[in-house]
This record gives sequence, C-alpha cells and structure tokens, in this order.
Amino acid sequence: MKLTLWTYEGPPHVGAMRVATGMKGLHYVLHAPQGDTYADLLFTMIERRGHRPPVTYTTFQARDLGGDTANLFKDAARDAYARFKPQAMIVGASCTAELIQDDPGGLTEALGLPVPVIPLDLPSYQRKENFGADETFFQIVKTLAKPMARSEAITCNLIGATALGFRHRDDVAEVTRLLSLMGITVNVSAPLDATPADIARMGQAHFNVLLYPETGETAARHLERACGQPYTKTVPIGVGATRDFLHEVAGLTGLSAAVDESGLRLPWWSASVDSTYLTGKRVFIFGDATHVIAAARIAATEIGFTVVGMGCFNREFARPMRAAAKAHGVEPLITDDYLEVEAEIERLQPELILGTQMERHIGKRLGIPCAVISSPVHVQDFPARYSPQMGFEGANVIFDTWIHPLVMGLEEHLLTMFREDFEFHDAAGASHHGAKAVARAEPEDAGGFTPPAPPVGYLEKEEGEQGVAVLGEPVWAAAAERELKKIPFFVRGKAKRNTEKYAADRGVAEISVETLYEAKAHYAR
Amino acid sequence: MSLDLPPTLASGGCRTSPVLKERGQREVFCGLTGIIWLHRKMQDAFFLVVGSRTCAHLLQAAAGVMIFAEPRFGTAILEEKDLAGLADANAELDREVARLLSRRPDIRQLFLVGSCPSEVIKLDLARAAERLSGMHAPHVRVYNYSGSGIETTFTQGEDACLAAMVPTLPSTTARELLVVGALPDVVEDQCLSLLDALGIGPVRMLPARRATDLPAVGPNTVFALVQPFLGDTHATLTRRGARHLAAPFPFGEEGTTLWLRAVAREFGVDEATFDRVTAAPRARALKAIATQSAELRGKSVFFFPDSQLEIPLARFLARECGMTPIEVGTPYLHDALHGPDLDLLPAGPTISEGQDVEKQLDRQHAAKPDLTVCGLGLANPLEAKGFATKWAIELVFTPVHFYEQAGDLAGLFSRPLRRKALLGKEVAQ
Repeated sequence: MKLTLWTYEGPPHVGAMRVATGMKGLHYVLHAPQGDTYADLLFTMIERRGHRPPVTYTTFQARDLGGDTANLFKDAARDAYARFKPQAMIVGASCTAELIQDDPGGLTEALGLPVPVIPLDLPSYQRKENFGADETFFQIVKTLAKPMARSEAITCNLIGATALGFRHRDDVAEVTRLLSLMGITVNVSAPLDATPADIARMGQAHFNVLLYPETGETAARHLERACGQPYTKTVPIGVGATRDFLHEVAGLTGLSAAVDESGLRLPWWSASVDSTYLTGKRVFIFGDATHVIAAARIAATEIGFTVVGMGCFNREFARPMRAAAKAHGVEPLITDDYLEVEAEIERLQPELILGTQMERHIGKRLGIPCAVISSPVHVQDFPARYSPQMGFEGANVIFDTWIHPLVMGLEEHLLTMFREDFEFHDAAGASHHGAKAVARAEPEDAGGFTPPAPPVGYLEKEEGEQGVAVLGEPVWAAAAERELKKIPFFVRGKAKRNTEKYAADRGVAEISVETLYEAKAHYAR
Repeated sequence: MSLDLPPTLASGGCRTSPVLKERGQREVFCGLTGIIWLHRKMQDAFFLVVGSRTCAHLLQAAAGVMIFAEPRFGTAILEEKDLAGLADANAELDREVARLLSRRPDIRQLFLVGSCPSEVIKLDLARAAERLSGMHAPHVRVYNYSGSGIETTFTQGEDACLAAMVPTLPSTTARELLVVGALPDVVEDQCLSLLDALGIGPVRMLPARRATDLPAVGPNTVFALVQPFLGDTHATLTRRGARHLAAPFPFGEEGTTLWLRAVAREFGVDEATFDRVTAAPRARALKAIATQSAELRGKSVFFFPDSQLEIPLARFLARECGMTPIEVGTPYLHDALHGPDLDLLPAGPTISEGQDVEKQLDRQHAAKPDLTVCGLGLANPLEAKGFATKWAIELVFTPVHFYEQAGDLAGLFSRPLRRKALLGKEVAQ
C-alpha cells in the first residue's frame, strides 16, 4: 500500500485507451465498474476531442458480482461490435475487473466475431499508463502487422504517437515534414490516426522512426524482429538531436542528411545578446525520461543554462536517465512521488523548472517559474496553434516556451537596481505576464520581514523532526532580514537557503548582513 | 392558507408517470468524486481512499484543475502484495494512517473511503475504522464509507459519507432544525440568515465545517434536505428518530419559497413574518430569473443522468424558465425525496432511471433538444454534432441554491444557448 496524493501516470487501461482513442476503426471493450468512464473526459475535455473514446464499459455493479459478470461482458462485446462495426477490437479489464478474473479474451473468442479480437493483459496493480499504451500497441502490431514487400520509394513508419500525448499531433506533422525534406514519405503513423488496416501494411516501410520510446518501443523492437525494419534511436527534440536524427536516418537510407535549415531560429535567438542573461540560469528538469533527456541537452548546450537536477517518473527508463544525468554531473531523481520532487526542487532552488503539470503547480507554490515539457498534461498543453517539440520548428517553439516564464533580460537588471520602487517592484511579477501588478503595501513594521510561508505538503514534518525543526538552526537578525528582502524574488529563495546553509555549516547562530554577503561571495559562480 | 404547499398539478405532475428503467453502460462518475467538494467543506477532515491507481487518477482528473493547494485527500494504492493477504493490508493501512496523522495534526476526522477493489477483495474498512478510532481517539475520529462505483453513483458519495456520520452523532432531545447536505459556504450563510430572520432556531448543519460543530440528533430533531441525493442519510436520520420535512428542493424562487414554507409551517411562523422576510429576496430572484429565462422560454431540454439534481432542476426549468423537458434521466429515483418536485413537474417528459448510454444517445439524437444536460464525457462529442450542452458537474460545483443564486442557476442553462447564437451555426469540429 502506498499513499499517493497526485499521480504522474494513470492505470494501464488508460494507456490502452490512449492507443484506442488515437486510432480509428478500433474498438475497446473494457470490463469495468461504473465510474471508470471518468477516463472519457481526459479525451473529451482535456484534449477537446469532438468524439467519444471508442470504449464500451461493461459497468458491472455490486449486485452482479455474485452473479454473471461474464455474460455481462459477452453482451457488451456483442453489442459493441453490432453498433460500431470496428475493423478490430481490443478487450481487457480495468483494476476491479482484473480481480474478478472473467477472462475477457476467452469470452470474446467464444463469440466468434468476424474481426480480429486482441486480448490485453495489463496488470493494474503492478504497472502504469505508459506500460499500458506500449503493451497495447505492441499487441495490436503483433496481431495485425506481417512481413511484406517493401514499398518502391523509401518510406518509414512513425511510431508511438497516441491520443492525449504531449504535442504528439504536431510532432507527427513536423517529423513528416522533416523526413520529406530528405525525400522520405511516411507509410503509416501509428497509433495516432491509424486504422487496423493501416497497421496491417506497416511491413511495407523500409524503417521505423520511434518518436516516443515510452509508448512505442516494444512495437518497434517487434517490427525489427518480425519485419526486419530497423528503427531510429535518436528522438529529434532540440537542434543537435534533430541533426543527429537526420544523420541516423541518412545512415539507414543512404540519403543525404543535408536539409534546408532556413526556418530554424533557436541558435540565433540564443546567440543574440539579449539572451546573455540566460547564461548559467539554474534549471531543474523533470518529466518522462525521453523529454527530460532531450531537454537537458537543449538547456545545457543550446540555451546555456546550468542543469542542477533532472529526473523522471517512469522507472522503466531509469537506465538511460542515469546515464544522461551522469553526463550533466547531477544525481538523477527517479520517483513517481511528487512530494519527493517538490522536496528536491525546494532544496535546489532552481531559477527555472522544466517539468510537467505537477511541477508547474510546485513552481507556483514555491514561486519558481516553470515551463511544461512533458506529460502529464492539462487542457492548456493542447494549444490551438501549431506547436511541436520535435524538429527545427520544435526547437523554435521550445526557445519561446522556456524563456516566456522568466523575467525579461533588461527587466531583470532594473528589478535588481530599483527593487524598492513602489510601482516597479519584484512582487508585481514579470511585466509580460497577465497577472495584474499590485502596488506594494508599505510594511506595517519596518523590520517585520516575513519569510515566504513554507509549503505545507505534509512531507514537511518527517518523523522525529516534528516540533524541533527550528532547534539549532541559525536565526535571522532584523537587518539581515531586511537586506534579504532587497534581493529580487527570482533569486531570493536560493539566497535564503544558501545563507542558512552557510551559517549552519559554520555554526553561526545569528545571520547578520555580513553573513549574507559572505555567503553570497562563497556561492558566487 | 398561504402557508400550505400548493396542491399537485391538475394534470397530476410526473409523480405517477411510468418510469423508464434502464440498465447498461453508465456514463457517470463513481461516489469517490464527492470527496472533491467534501474535503473543502469539512476543514478538519481527511479523506483516505483505499483503492487503486485508477481511484487516484479519477480524483485527479475529476478535480479538473488539480487543486494543489494542500489536498486533504489521498489514495492508499493497493499493490500486488496487498492483494495476496488481508492481514498484511490491514497492517499497511494502520501504518499509512499513523504516518498521515502524525504529519497532519490538524486533522480531526478521518474518512476511510472504500473503492471498487477494496470492496471486491472484501477489505473490512468498518473494522479498520473502529480499530483506528481506538488507536487515535480522542483526537481523531475515524469513519468509513464506500464511494465505490459498484455501489455509488457520483453524488451518492456524499450521501454515503453523511450517512456514515449519523450513527455517531450525539443524542439530544432538543427541538432543533437540522439542514442536511453540503452547501457552498456563501449559500449556507444565506440559508442560515433566512431561517434566522424567520425566527427559526436553533439550526444545525450536516456536514459541519469542523468536527466540534457537529450536530446532535434525536426524536425532536426535524430535518430538511438541501440536496436531492441524500436517500441513505434520510434513512439513517429517520432511524435516529428525526423527522423529515418533505419539500421541493430550494432551487429557483418557487423551490426556495416552498422549501422555506415547509420549514416555516413546522416551526409555526406566521404568514406576515414569512412574507416580510421573503418578499424582497423573492422579488430579486424573480427579476434575476426573468433576465435569463428570456433565452430559455419555449426551448426543449434533455437530461442525461448525473447528479440526482435532474428532477428538481427540470421542475425549475419547466415552471420558472418556461422550458419543455423531453427526457429527465436520473441515476436513482427516491419517491420520499423527489416526490414533491415530481408533483410539480408538468406531465409530458420521459422520466428515466439508470442508463444505457448508447440507447439514450439514440433517443437524444432523435429528439433534437435545444439544450442537453450531460456529463463531461459526452458534452464535447454532442457539441461537435451541433447540440448545445450544459455539462452537469458545474451544477454541483457552483452555488445554485436559494434566492440569491436563482438567476445564476438559470444563467448556467442560458449561457450555452447564448454562446451558440454568438458563434453562429457553424460548428468547428
């Protein structure tokens, strides 16, 4: 039993729904109790889909449990076929149905439906959403895709895009465009927008492009074995990775990797002098491993940030995450407990978080700007405009998205110089953000510095620490507190932490203004 | 006799209409969803769901905006090893609860909330709650109820929660009014001030904002429900000797007036006082509804089952906004609770209980209603087909009760129609 407040991933059957909802002509019959239909709203509300997910829920109730839930499933499967006439069906159980062991696969087989029926075995109490998507797509491919003659022209399949994916729609479009620059056409892109009939002709492609290892790697490996199709290992997120990807494709096809880069703006936007202030800004990166590893490379080598921490919630990718973290000289944080992530962010006091919707909330609470780079996603991560993460346009989008949460360069200088101006003060936030600037209230007590309230996540009080938290810790002298308040908000948290650590390490009981500046000099980069 | 409830309609209303009972796929939330508002209403309570990753994911998705400001709910996720042996699961639960309470000393009430998997593996949360209450008394009281989808639909979660509290409430012989059902704080205050102005008191609330404010109950307690989904709570209060004041629910000017009348009559409030206290807010409510109802008058409405608010809301839309209900679907129909509203709902609409969502969608498509009230899973797909929809969860998450919210309530229904008119007939999808 594990106490969870918020989860990075849903259960595995939600992963299966991401595959089914992304595809066309496929229907999912899910043995599930009332209430599991909540998952529909992920697609209809968050992703704004204009159709219901192609999922039939058997909706068993307590009174059915002693009786015949198996027949309920058979009726639901039969009715779903008759109503929707899919080209293929997937059948499986949600967490509760897994416990009653009705064997949806066997039950559907007995119906003798005239289309392929693919049973899913998704262990709800061991695995999670990404596994569910990866395994479901693998089972569909294994059942439907067969070796066949290669297409005359050089073609490839794009693998891994699903419904509810972070920018999957636009990544598929961008990578399709990128490959067309090399003279390669896309045979099938799947699961997103593919039909079972499309899956059946995947074998025609010369090679596969694995866009999202989290949701497509098992299928890509299978196709490599079963259909002799090699697959690309580089995920083209960022300028360097996109170029590496083009070279990898060139290696597989013998085509030239030299393509028109005239639309690529990130390198100049980064090199132009306005971006100087970005140098060495400390970033913490968290999300799914693929996006985090790509983001760390962009942050360090294409924007000039310093990566102070990185990690992922999907343990399946712990190994590549460790390797990447080592390359950036940091310890990876591999956890699906958001309280641990919050504690780490609080400890590191980065200037920018690149994370998921969870880290966006953490950042909001800690007063640290955040840009979203990975699932889990929310409605605002499905913009109306074209905004891929992959390819050269993706790199442009990333530059804009990551810089936006920060205070602008010149503004940062002015805030540092005139931070006590009553109209132009740091509590008003960045000037290009929507929130209304609030005139600063004069402090009632000139010496009354109130440190920002600590986050009240209940991980705060670990056993044994309760009630004695302040004992032995340095206290702030009034003058030092006032001085601390003069430090701009975007670095104040870090300055406070550093000074306290500096004082504690040296046994300084009371932090004076001198201690503050000694610490500043000590930690100066 | 102006304090009497109005006689039933000449046409007989809908109370005796045949009910279409359906069984099939239900496009509804389970009872766990109630935690989203209950944990805010009860400020010293924590809701610990004993369930699966699906339960945790549901709460996160249903909360929609993922309210990160210190949620007072969480999920103890059952893992493979918990399913192997029950003794183990109990020990794990004790450990998680002890950790939780040591980190949150402000928690005075802990609800262990059963889920589909905990029910199926027959994890005895009632005994666990008893054991844990013993361990953490007197500081924390531990309750348990089931919010599982195999037993509860959406708002029934609140019913199960309140029903679980009733047996533990202290006894009293005092003659008191108990107002039952979670209301937004602003509405609760309005309700209390109206009752106070009528000279009715003392008034107690269930749920209370804090454990120390919990009401007592006994044979001289009379209770009025402000939510139409509290069937089990009604039954448990009745078992404690309390008496129910049947009335239409306080939605709209008429509903609020009739609800207050039922209470006023019980407490012997004279007509002059009643009129004096209600005249101004009634006039305000009528004026506010009139502004909104211009767009609703003559339009048809179709309710998918969702929160059990459907019958009283259909009554409000039909009688106060001039709409024509085509079908009024509700997850469950309770005669004792919904009867007074059914009496007032003009005969005509199909009253349906339960759901087979595919068949109901067929009926909805055929009926082509001007407005469809449905859950979040159906709203955008129906909009994409050209139907105007009102997503029902907003009716639960918005202050809609009593006089001052009557115009807002009508506005929730008129806004989708107004928006559709603004955006023209072309649908983007």
